Amino acid sequence: MRLGFVLREVATGLSRNFSMVVSIVLVTFISLTFVGTAILLQAQINQMKSFWFDRAQVAIYMCTDFSTLGGCDQQAASPDQKLAIEQRLESATLAPYIDRFYFEDREQAYANFREQFADSAVVDLVSPELLPETFWVNLVDPEQSELIFESISGLPGVESVIDQRSYLDQIFALLNAGSLTAVAVAALMLVAAALLIATTIRLSAFSRRRELAIMRLVGASNRFIQTPFVLEGIVAAALGAALASLAVWGIVRFFVQGYLTEALPTTVFVTNADAFATMPFLFATGIGLAIVASYISITRYLRA
Amino acid sequence: MILFEDVSKMYRGAPKPALSNVSVDIGAGEFVFLVGASGSGKSSFLRLILKEERPSAGNVHVLGQDLRRIPSRKVPQFRRSLGVVFQDFRLLPQKTVFDNVAFSLRVIGKSAGFIHDAVPDILQTVGLAAKAKNYPHELSGGEQQRVAIARAAVNKPAIMLADEPTGNLDPATSAGIMNVLSRINASGTTVIMATHDSGIVNQMQRRVIEIAGGRIVRDEHQGGYETSAIPLGEMDTAPIPVITEEMALADPTPIRPAPSDPDDIAAPFPWELRA
Repeated sequence: MRLGFVLREVATGLSRNFSMVVSIVLVTFISLTFVGTAILLQAQINQMKSFWFDRAQVAIYMCTDFSTLGGCDQQAASPDQKLAIEQRLESATLAPYIDRFYFEDREQAYANFREQFADSAVVDLVSPELLPETFWVNLVDPEQSELIFESISGLPGVESVIDQRSYLDQIFALLNAGSLTAVAVAALMLVAAALLIATTIRLSAFSRRRELAIMRLVGASNRFIQTPFVLEGIVAAALGAALASLAVWGIVRFFVQGYLTEALPTTVFVTNADAFATMPFLFATGIGLAIVASYISITRYLRA
Repeated sequence: MILFEDVSKMYRGAPKPALSNVSVDIGAGEFVFLVGASGSGKSSFLRLILKEERPSAGNVHVLGQDLRRIPSRKVPQFRRSLGVVFQDFRLLPQKTVFDNVAFSLRVIGKSAGFIHDAVPDILQTVGLAAKAKNYPHELSGGEQQRVAIARAAVNKPAIMLADEPTGNLDPATSAGIMNVLSRINASGTTVIMATHDSGIVNQMQRRVIEIAGGRIVRDEHQGGYETSAIPLGEMDTAPIPVITEEMALADPTPIRPAPSDPDDIAAPFPWELRA
């Protein structure tokens, strides 16, 4: 009886303010899509981090006949100097932190270079003498590259010590900026959505002011009066969240899986499972926002 | 039943209090007229009983409860024992007579079975059983007010507040409305009616509380609309009573001497009910 009454009230409210309800649906749809995209970007960053950071190495570049940087003086590192580095890496102070390391001579470096830039004209300009000999170090914990850096750089015959993660950090900074932008846009849109819900509920209450006045007069409980309005907000926001979920799934399914994965086959990307994982959060955000906004709005209306 | 203890009500921004130091006691089953000029504080008096306003000073007790001690979430429960009727009826235009009355029961969670029994019953009481399926715009003003009274009375309230219920109605129709209110009063409901209708007050001869400038200036059992004695000190400011033709017809002695002589007190006029 009472449930039927409440649901009828919700239905009348939604149909009386149809255009406002549509705008709530659209605004929550767009803002939650941004929220979902931001979550997916973070998931993507985490996946790439775990994938690449495990493979990231520290490179110890030795001097060549042409290098002037570091401890070099246009003179290639001598065998003694290389031996000293090797001994340092095997020493008791560094060995516990090093998983493994290997030495790459000029011919190997040249072969790798040719392979890596096979399609580029730069291959013809490079000869083995130009490329440095390199110690490639895999750390037990990739975070601790600072140790290698401190103990090796500055030694004679070492041109530079480079942590490959520093290249990755730039990519991640870019992705992070993208996800933060999405979050900022989403936050602004969510504020707009909340205000829109509050206004719509006010309008809805105003269009039923006679009924509300009588309900209050005859002693209908506050919860009974408020529930239809809060439900109205919830229904509209849930529709928006459903559309946003669909959009997030579509982005992963058709753009990420359908296009990016084929364009960049070596990179891992977020999957449909990641898209599904965002959906409960999108619904929770949308509905939570609707509850708070419509409850505050109707309570203020009734108090006024 | 209703007890005002030294109650004052001051509205923000208003230079004078709407009510000042009002003390009054209304017992169960009484029928009380609240009279006074517009703006004298009658509506504030009613709103305080409804707990729509809180007093600036003093206590209001209704049905044995100190209204200050009722938390706001319990106010709806409290209002279920009060019925209210207005000058402008306040019916829902898109609902039938039956549904208008049923609405007030539905929203306080009464069962369909109870509504099915109670609504025809109260419509019978107000004399509208035949118009249950009509819409408000199909009814006369008097009939609409009867619907409003039925809505206020259907839950058998202990107290009925009526704010100028006959303000929009002609004398004959007003008599019918008073008939209905008297019947509800006779069934045990305390009725408090704010009114400007001198004819009704004079003929009913019930308790009259007159408010002027926020103070109770008269509280008379079996009183008339006009004050029977001008209180001392108010001589200069009291308006000179103007006797209109209508009033003269309604009551041949609008300004009566103090009712010291028992013969002077008109017998309670048996309006309608006893017949």
